[in-house]
Amino acid sequence: MLAEPPPEPADPADEGHPFAPIPYAVRAVAAETPDTVTLTVEPRGSRRIGPPQPGQFVMLYAFGIGESPIGVAGTGPDGLLVHTVRNVGRVTAALTRLTPGDTVGVRGPYGHGWPVAEARDRDIVVVAGGLGLPPLRPAIYRLLQQREAYGRLEIVYGARTPKDLVYYEEIQGWRRRRDLRLQVTVDAAGREWYGDVGVVTTRLPDARFEPSRTTAFVCGPEIMMRLTAQALVARGVAPEATWVSMERNMKCAIGLCGHCQYGPSFVCRDGPVLPYSSLAKLLPLREL
Amino acid sequence: MTAAPDPEVVRAIGEHPLFRGLDAAFVHAVAEQATERRFAVDERLATEGTPAEVFYLVTDGKVALEIGSADQPHLTVETVGAGEVLGWSWLVPPHRWRFDARAVKATRTLVLQGEVVRRTLAHHPTWGYLFLVRFMPVLADRLENTRVQLLDLHAR
Repeated sequence: MLAEPPPEPADPADEGHPFAPIPYAVRAVAAETPDTVTLTVEPRGSRRIGPPQPGQFVMLYAFGIGESPIGVAGTGPDGLLVHTVRNVGRVTAALTRLTPGDTVGVRGPYGHGWPVAEARDRDIVVVAGGLGLPPLRPAIYRLLQQREAYGRLEIVYGARTPKDLVYYEEIQGWRRRRDLRLQVTVDAAGREWYGDVGVVTTRLPDARFEPSRTTAFVCGPEIMMRLTAQALVARGVAPEATWVSMERNMKCAIGLCGHCQYGPSFVCRDGPVLPYSSLAKLLPLREL
Repeated sequence: MTAAPDPEVVRAIGEHPLFRGLDAAFVHAVAEQATERRFAVDERLATEGTPAEVFYLVTDGKVALEIGSADQPHLTVETVGAGEVLGWSWLVPPHRWRFDARAVKATRTLVLQGEVVRRTLAHHPTWGYLFLVRFMPVLADRLENTRVQLLDLHAR
């Protein structure tokens, strides 16, 4: 008796296939820095991805070139999504060249984001380095929407130079608020800059929070996250309450391919936001 | 014979994180000839290559540590703010400033005389040891921060 023939593999172009991107139209492009843009995209038709939670990511598809995992920097009505993309490779180069009216593919949202709801009643420290700010932006706005539900809110943002700061106008708005405390620092600056200079960890001693009741959200280059987490833990913040967003080579984004494996975790599925307690021994390891 | 230090200056030095909790007699001794001084925005506190006769305890404001040359624009490599110390060249021969220092905010400082503090440390090794245990982390932190800056993390 002949075996049952295997089912036809699903066509990735089919609606509902996990790898099928949904077409979105680029509504606006804003230059942040010479190599970084913020894209606002909206669904072309009735199909759209589910509502992303702060800290989740999507796969953005530059048609004919490839996909790249990009954190969600904002959402809006009617399925609108905001992504800040830096040109660091072939796909992101194509994404940063998009203009209003162009089409981009979107699938997601994926992974676990910042535990904003779980951090209610606690002090919050948000530490962003460079393009670590965009994935934190939705968490910041979620916290501000429910500001009375949280204790102190400290934001520390570091970039390479003043011209590498993203969301400059928004940051000025945050600076004027009385319900959060913002510190912005750069690694080096010319005389036109009257703000802080020094790596982001140099600003942590000035951050005001009660360590035993603090939750920290940290996103940026991996070494920066490691040093920041170490500094926060040294000050008394629990490793389990110190969350970092890992970046790895995500391909499938649904925990199948293993490209983003990091120790026992698939960053796309188990992360990208993970507690420092689960990473402390892995972060110093080379080539992991 | 030297005049007794200003009691207000002694109190302010004793409250600065670098000296807080150290022996009151030590604080009194290093306060000899110490003064309070304010700097306006863009006023210079130190000039690279000149004798480092003093160091500053910053009590308010912000100071930029700069490096530059005739053919390169000045680059700020670090800022120092309230509760921090500005200057270690007074401790390390040949006692010359390694950087320029410029106020980037209206800044209040306590100015300590390097020679007075060195003499006090030399005459009272126990105080000297305890003080250096406080002071070394300032140097260690600056070294570590510089190393991290050299990684140029955000360039990737």
